[in-house]
Amino acid sequence: MAKRKGTYTVVFDEPISVRASAAVGSKKESEGPIGHAFDVINEDDYFGEKTWEKAESRMQQTAIQTALDKAKYQPSDINCVFAGDLMNQCVGSTYGLRSFGIPFVGLFGACSTMAESLMAASVFLDSGAAGRAVACTSSHFCTAERQFRLPLEYGGQRTPTAQWTATAAGAAVLEKGDTPPFIHAATIGTIEDLGITDPNNMGAAMAPAAAATIKRFFDDTGTKPNDYDLVITGDLGKVGGTILRDLLRRDGYDLEHCQTDCGLMLYDLEKQDVHAGASGCGCSASVMCGHILPLMHAGQLHDILFIATGALMNTTVVQQGESIASIAHLVYLSSKKKGGLVS
Amino acid sequence: MNMTPEEYNELTKQSSPRSPFIKDFLMAFAIGGLICALGQAIMMAYQSAGMTEEVSGSVTSVTLVFLSILLTGFNVYPKIAKFGGAGTLVPITGFANAVASPALEFKSEGLVLGLAAKMFVIAGPVIVYGTCASIVYGLIIYLFGLY
Repeated sequence: MAKRKGTYTVVFDEPISVRASAAVGSKKESEGPIGHAFDVINEDDYFGEKTWEKAESRMQQTAIQTALDKAKYQPSDINCVFAGDLMNQCVGSTYGLRSFGIPFVGLFGACSTMAESLMAASVFLDSGAAGRAVACTSSHFCTAERQFRLPLEYGGQRTPTAQWTATAAGAAVLEKGDTPPFIHAATIGTIEDLGITDPNNMGAAMAPAAAATIKRFFDDTGTKPNDYDLVITGDLGKVGGTILRDLLRRDGYDLEHCQTDCGLMLYDLEKQDVHAGASGCGCSASVMCGHILPLMHAGQLHDILFIATGALMNTTVVQQGESIASIAHLVYLSSKKKGGLVS
Repeated sequence: MNMTPEEYNELTKQSSPRSPFIKDFLMAFAIGGLICALGQAIMMAYQSAGMTEEVSGSVTSVTLVFLSILLTGFNVYPKIAKFGGAGTLVPITGFANAVASPALEFKSEGLVLGLAAKMFVIAGPVIVYGTCASIVYGLIIYLFGLY
């Protein structure tokens, strides 16, 4: 059974295996530095559908189907799917998954949903409540823009701190098994808010949440940043990443040489004109499921801390003057089943 | 984390790059100026075709609105606006883009509740406060006219 370590961290007695994972993206993602990592690419952003919302649902469906194919499982082999997205009422997940017939737990953690779904699925698997589970999230540039910002064809300028919502989805099939990598531990985030009100500076809004969760994990486990091959944050982008390292340096943790960010990996910031980097649940989901988890499976990376960050606001509360509350969940993954850094 | 929102706001300011204001101003001046020069050229062409100054002014506005909507439909206007900023926002072409873009975006929710209802989400406030300002302006002129 899972046990508590320190105040905030959960350690799994038998680490949870990531049996297979898959990433789906659009043309822009395929042209980025890790474009080769995508299992499925759609050239026109519509994924064969008539609306952006349907396109996002199709992405989740394709991501899960591809991950299941790679794991050689049928939907009926899966006991539970944990999924979410950025659209109101998480319709990307519900409509994308309705044809599978897999018991569904909908999650909302904004851009932190990939870590949240991995964590929730691991707890279900560890407790025996599920034998096999899928964790999946997505985001679509066009659904996010029309919901949170302005119409696509509106002529406006983006600020240097703005991030580009990824059109991507990622899915992972989890079980108690022997296929690397393994989820060893997780730290559930708390809601943090240091008063940022600019929705065009999400990195700054979310950095305190990431700093709080990472610090708690190190405090709870007694490990240090340099013990890990990579500390990979969700989508803090350029601005949030700088602030995160600054905040943790004040707390005595130096991330200078081991931290990177999914938001900086998905696109070429200059050539693809994405300002401070990528964002959206699909960003960390696709970077992890398409790039990092396969590298761990191949034994090229060993110990990873994945911290997905999410801004828990909507346009109504921001227009009413509320500041942007955010959260970060941490998952510790290792290529080794036994002998991980945390036990 | 022992940090007040004020201290964090200061740290965020230091870490966040600012918009390149001088470049933005120059681009807005150049592209906004080009749009106005285009309008002037169109108006002169209409006048040389025999229109009066008053009629040619109205027809020029209609022409610019048409061109803006056409370029919005082809997704060209947002690309110009990316460089032009306020230069593409302030002229009548910006207003046309602000009406056409939500109409295009929300047509997937239907012609009534989507296209028509959302058409003025951006331009609506401009119309409301523009009308209010014109009433105030009219009242001022009227009151000064009394004495």
